[in-house]
This record gives sequence, C-alpha cells and structure tokens, in this order.
Amino acid sequence: MKKIEAIVQPSRFDAVKSALQEVGVEGMTVSEVRGHGRQKGHTEVYRGSEYTVDLLPKVKLELVVSDALKDPAVKAILKAAKTGKIGDGKIFVTTVDEAIRIRNEDRGETAL
Amino acid sequence: MMQRIVWRLMLALVLTCTLMAPAGFCVAPPQARNEAPPEIQAQMDKLQQQATDARSAGDNAWMLVCAALVLMMTGPGLALFYGGLVRRKNVLATMMQSFILMAVITALWAFFGYSLVFHEGNRFIGGLGYLFLHGVGSAPDPDYAGTIPQQTFMVYQLMFAIITPALITGAFAERMKFKAMLLFMVLWSIIVYDPMAHMVWGKGGFLNASLGGVIPTLDFAGGTVVHVTSGVSALVCALYLGKRLGFPKEPMPPHSVVLSVVGACMLWVGWFGFNAGSALAAGGLATSAFVATHFGAAAATLGWAAAEWIHRGKASVLGAISGAVAGLVAITPAAGFVGPMSALAIGAIAGVVCYLMVSRVKSLFGYDDSLDAFGVHGAGGSLGAILTGVFAVSAINPIFKNAQGGATAVGMIDGHPSQVLNQLVGVAIAWGLGVVGTLVILKVVDLTIGLRVSEEQEIQGLDLSQHGEEGYYLEA
Repeated sequence: MKKIEAIVQPSRFDAVKSALQEVGVEGMTVSEVRGHGRQKGHTEVYRGSEYTVDLLPKVKLELVVSDALKDPAVKAILKAAKTGKIGDGKIFVTTVDEAIRIRNEDRGETAL
Repeated sequence: MMQRIVWRLMLALVLTCTLMAPAGFCVAPPQARNEAPPEIQAQMDKLQQQATDARSAGDNAWMLVCAALVLMMTGPGLALFYGGLVRRKNVLATMMQSFILMAVITALWAFFGYSLVFHEGNRFIGGLGYLFLHGVGSAPDPDYAGTIPQQTFMVYQLMFAIITPALITGAFAERMKFKAMLLFMVLWSIIVYDPMAHMVWGKGGFLNASLGGVIPTLDFAGGTVVHVTSGVSALVCALYLGKRLGFPKEPMPPHSVVLSVVGACMLWVGWFGFNAGSALAAGGLATSAFVATHFGAAAATLGWAAAEWIHRGKASVLGAISGAVAGLVAITPAAGFVGPMSALAIGAIAGVVCYLMVSRVKSLFGYDDSLDAFGVHGAGGSLGAILTGVFAVSAINPIFKNAQGGATAVGMIDGHPSQVLNQLVGVAIAWGLGVVGTLVILKVVDLTIGLRVSEEQEIQGLDLSQHGEEGYYLEA
C-alpha cells in the first residue's frame, strides 16, 4: 500500500478530485494549507505598512491506495493539477505499513 | 324731560365706551387692558402650550434617537471597527475596552461627570450642583436646550463622554492591562474630558462660543473636546507604553477587515446623531449639520482612496473606510457652521492629510499608534477645528451677535479671519490638556498597578490572558 501526498493549487483541486474518482480512488483526506516552494509571494499594504506574504494557500490531498492503483492515481493527479507554471505543487509517495478500518477492523488492502 | 336727556347721555357714554374700549379710552369692566375675555385667553394659553409641547415632542424624539445613535457608535460601531483591525488573539479584549466604557463612564457621569461639565462653575470646570443628577429632570435648561427635558440633554451628552475615551484605546491596543485601562479611563474622564468639555460647552467656559467664553472657539459637536483630546492622548499613550512586540518588522494585519467595514458604516450612520444631534433641536440647523456631516465623510473617502491609489497603485478597502472616518472627524467641529460645499472641501482635505499622517508620518517617526487614533482623530480633529475657523458662515449659523442682536461674521470666508486664531487657541488648549493630563495619569497608573501586560501575556493574546476567553472557537 502506498500513501500519496499531493499539494496542489486550490484552483486545480476540483479537477484533481474528479480525475482520482475516475481512476477508482475511493477515499481521501483534504486540508487547506499554506506553503511555498520556489514561488514568490505578494506584498500587502496595511495603512502604510508594507509586508510580504510568502505563505500561499494550497490544497493538500492525502490518499492511501493499493500498490496497483498507485501509478494510475499519480498520473491522474499530474494530468489534472499541472498548469505548467511555478506553484503547481508536489506529489510525495511513501510506503504504508498498516491500514485498518475502524468500523469492522478490516486490515490490509481490504481496508482501503 | 331731564330723565330722557340723562338716559340719552348715558346711552351715548356707554356706546362711546364700547366703541372706544379697544383704544383704551374707557376702562372696561373687570378685565385688564390688553387681554381677551377669560374664555378666549384660556383657549389661547392652551393652544400655546400645545404648540410648545408639539415642538418639544419633535425635538425630544429626535434627541433621544440621536443619543441612541451616538451610543451605537461606541457599541458596536467602534468595537467592530477596532476589533477587526487587531489580531485574532486580541479581538475580544479590544471590543471589551469599548464596551466596558459604556458602563463605567455612565456611572461617573451620573454621579458627578455631568455636573462637572454642565453646571455653572468657573472658566475651567463646572460645579457640583448636579451631583447625583440632583435637579436634572424634565424641565429644560434654556441655556443649553430650551425645548427638551434636561435629562435628555444629559443622557445625550453622556454618549459623547463614553465614546471619547473609547477612541484612545486604539493607540495602546494589544498591550494594555485591562485593570490599568479601567483606572486610566476613570482618571482621564475626570481630569481631561470634563474640564475640556466644560471649557467649550459649559456655561461660562473659557472657550465657549455662545455662553460667555473668553476666547470663543467654534466646536459644534466636539472636534476639540472629543477628537483632539483623545487623539493627542492616544499619541502620548503610544509613546509611553512603547511598541508592540515585533513591531514594525512582524506583519500584524487586521484579522477581519470585514468587521471593520461593518463598524465604519455604523460610525458613519451614528455620526448623524453625533453632529446633527448637536443642534439640540429638530430644526433647520440639524438638517444643515446632517448634510455637512454626510458630505464630509463622502469627500474624505474619495480623498483618502485617491491618495492611496496614486501613492500605492491600489485603493484599499481599509483605506476607504479610514478616509470616511477621517472626514467625519474633521467635519465634527464644523458641521453646524459650514455650508455643504465647504463640507466637501473639509472632507477632501482631511482624507488626504490623514492618509499622509498614517502612511508617511507614522513610519517616519516610528511610533506604534496601533489603530491610528492619533493619525485620524488627533490630526483630523485639529485640522477640522482650524478649518472650521475658515469656513464657518453666519448664513448657516448666526452664532456671533453684535450689541443690537444682529448676526456678525463668523469665520474667515465670512469676513472674520481672526476666528482661525481663536480656533488655534482651542486646539492648543486641547493639546496641552491632553498631553499633560495623560502623562500624569499614565505615570500614576504605571507606578501603582503597571500599564503593560507581560511579554508572555502579550504573545498569548489579551483575550486569553486578560479575559480567559477566545474570540472564535473554530472547532466548536
């Protein structure tokens, strides 16, 4: 089982979600985060004081999928989230040791 | 024969008397000379009383509404305006500073505040004849407002006494101890507000323009009394307390400009009660002040927004609402003295000047006037008071009269340029009283209970450290 963590532009999130559902991903956790890679921020002015905002809003998706579904899922995210500009985001893939469904204590890939 | 002559003579006499009675040639039986018969006189007296009552009802209704509007300016107007401008961790504490004053100042006013301002006393402070509001009831005080109960006048003025100290809280936002603020405000209200208000509005006050002042200073609704005193005191507080931790490097943007917009709009609407209500009657002067107030706010909004647009490339919402407030501040002393076009001019100038105060002067000198109480109220009020001396005209308000009772020139454009000098005196006294009074009070409070919260408390936020609360429980 693999965990896919994807940080994408908020404007691309809906497309990413639809694309993942199309390839058969059945669950995900989504959070609104702030962050940056190499993308520059913007300046805000408040009553004459100027300051730089360099933590930009992003959307983070976390999903755990079976090994077989990992490549299709990553491809789907890439296709939907890419705009070609700096700030598109990143995808990280890690291996998951255990997965358990709380309701009935299923373990392994059946829990996904 | 003799009898007939006598009868005819008597008839002639009676007829003559009846016909000549109106000219007063004969003394008519029982009534006094120029009075109608008793039934008609009683009817006339009754109608006269009804007309007076109707006029009084109109004025009183208007003034009670105005009192409510001015209270609304503090809560929630100022509470929202200031609350939105601070960081989330301080929102409740900031609102509480305005809210608690609604309660504290009321008590002071009821006990002795009203008396110290409006009872006859000396040139600088009133007497204690109205202690515990003794004698302040439904009968009007003809010197101040002859058509409304004195109690209405008292409660209307109370709302001014409430909002004035509340304005100062903008200078020491996010770092003042709650109990220190309470003590400071009690002392400030007595030592600074009451004398200044007496000097400008009280009978025989040094600066009173219509009730026997030495240097008549035109201040229709409180440019000097409210805005200059609080604004200047705010600057002193900001300098004495020092900057917030992290200022100016750390960005401290408003946590909710949304709240501030709502608050600013309430201030604009409430200000009609503040300025137009200062006419103390529901007549033409109230209308004139209402219009001037609105025009001043509008022009200043445009002035600030234009200045910011040119200077920074964008007109911010925070700038627009700050401009409106600056205009309202500047028009406050002028509202019942100037015409509509002058109001536009005053507003436009105030918008630009206050923008520069806040964006250039503050950063130039480096003081942390957190919510720009000095930049907007201190500077805007001083500017407005001086411009009042320029633009006041007797056509709007014939406040100065000559020995024959005829109206004389009021302001510069009216032909009385030395009024500007009088205004400067009033502004200078407000500055002096504000600076000296505030310094003394700050020192006293600092030595007794300490002014500023600890570093830990400041970082934690005043809501938690002073009140044990959070403004927004996002997980609830």
